[in-house]
Amino acid sequence: MWKFLHKLASPPYFYDLSASMIPWFAVPGVLLIAYGTYAGLFLAPPDYQQGDAFRIIYVHVPAAYLSMMAYMVMAVAAGIGLIWRIKLAHAVSAAAAPIGAWFTFLALITGSIWGKPMWGTWWEWGDPRLTSQLIMLFIYFGYMALRAAIDDPGKADKASAVLAMVGAVNIPIIHFSVEWWSSLHQGATIVREGGPAMPPEMLYPLLANILGFTLIFGALLLGRVRSEVLFRERRSRWVRKLLLAEQGKE
Amino acid sequence: MSEALSMGNYGAFVWSSYALTAAVVIICFWQGRRRHKAIVHNIRQRIRAMESEG
Repeated sequence: MWKFLHKLASPPYFYDLSASMIPWFAVPGVLLIAYGTYAGLFLAPPDYQQGDAFRIIYVHVPAAYLSMMAYMVMAVAAGIGLIWRIKLAHAVSAAAAPIGAWFTFLALITGSIWGKPMWGTWWEWGDPRLTSQLIMLFIYFGYMALRAAIDDPGKADKASAVLAMVGAVNIPIIHFSVEWWSSLHQGATIVREGGPAMPPEMLYPLLANILGFTLIFGALLLGRVRSEVLFRERRSRWVRKLLLAEQGKE
Repeated sequence: MSEALSMGNYGAFVWSSYALTAAVVIICFWQGRRRHKAIVHNIRQRIRAMESEG
């Protein structure tokens, strides 16, 4: 196991292996999203309170879930990079940030679109769930800006890793905000005491979309880590050899 | 068909959410690809410059 992890952390090995792994994430991801979206839009019955507006859940919840998962990946990878000085871990952290920021934006905007017909407002400043999610978007921006502002890659890795780890405090705040404070936002739907608050025909498409979007995130992340590795190793012999070989094929 | 589009009068909210989601996934994919191509392009240029310098 340790031997495999050690080998995986070697950039040329990772670069090669990850290329063949991307379809294993992307193909099942697309299939699950195709099912989840179709079933969520057309097969699941309308909600007895929210009517068809509840169908936004099938894109909003996966986006919100991914916004936090991407952050966890970013912060944990940053920690691993900082403690064990593994450059690949820093590359993973850097690659997760833009994807996480996009999904955070998506969670906020789909939440806002859902909020308008249900709560009568696009946005509520005092709401803890909404505000803590917005803060996470700013932490993502801060992380990316900090990276971009430091020229020395080693220093950029370290400084941004500290920021990512400190910002992780926000994750439990987002998660528990609907329990700790009074919020317009509804409570947890799936993971809660007494089991999911949904019948199976509503729940399965949601689970399919959550899993599908997670797999797509995996594929997008692998693609970005590969670019990051290539950039960091741009002066190395293996990159030179690889690009010359690819050029020969074209 | 029109029933599916109207989504019980929430059509504009539901469909715009799904359209934005599709847009974000496509942007993420496209951005990643563009960055990859730019990096490969830059490294190739450097290799060429080094080769021409000898």
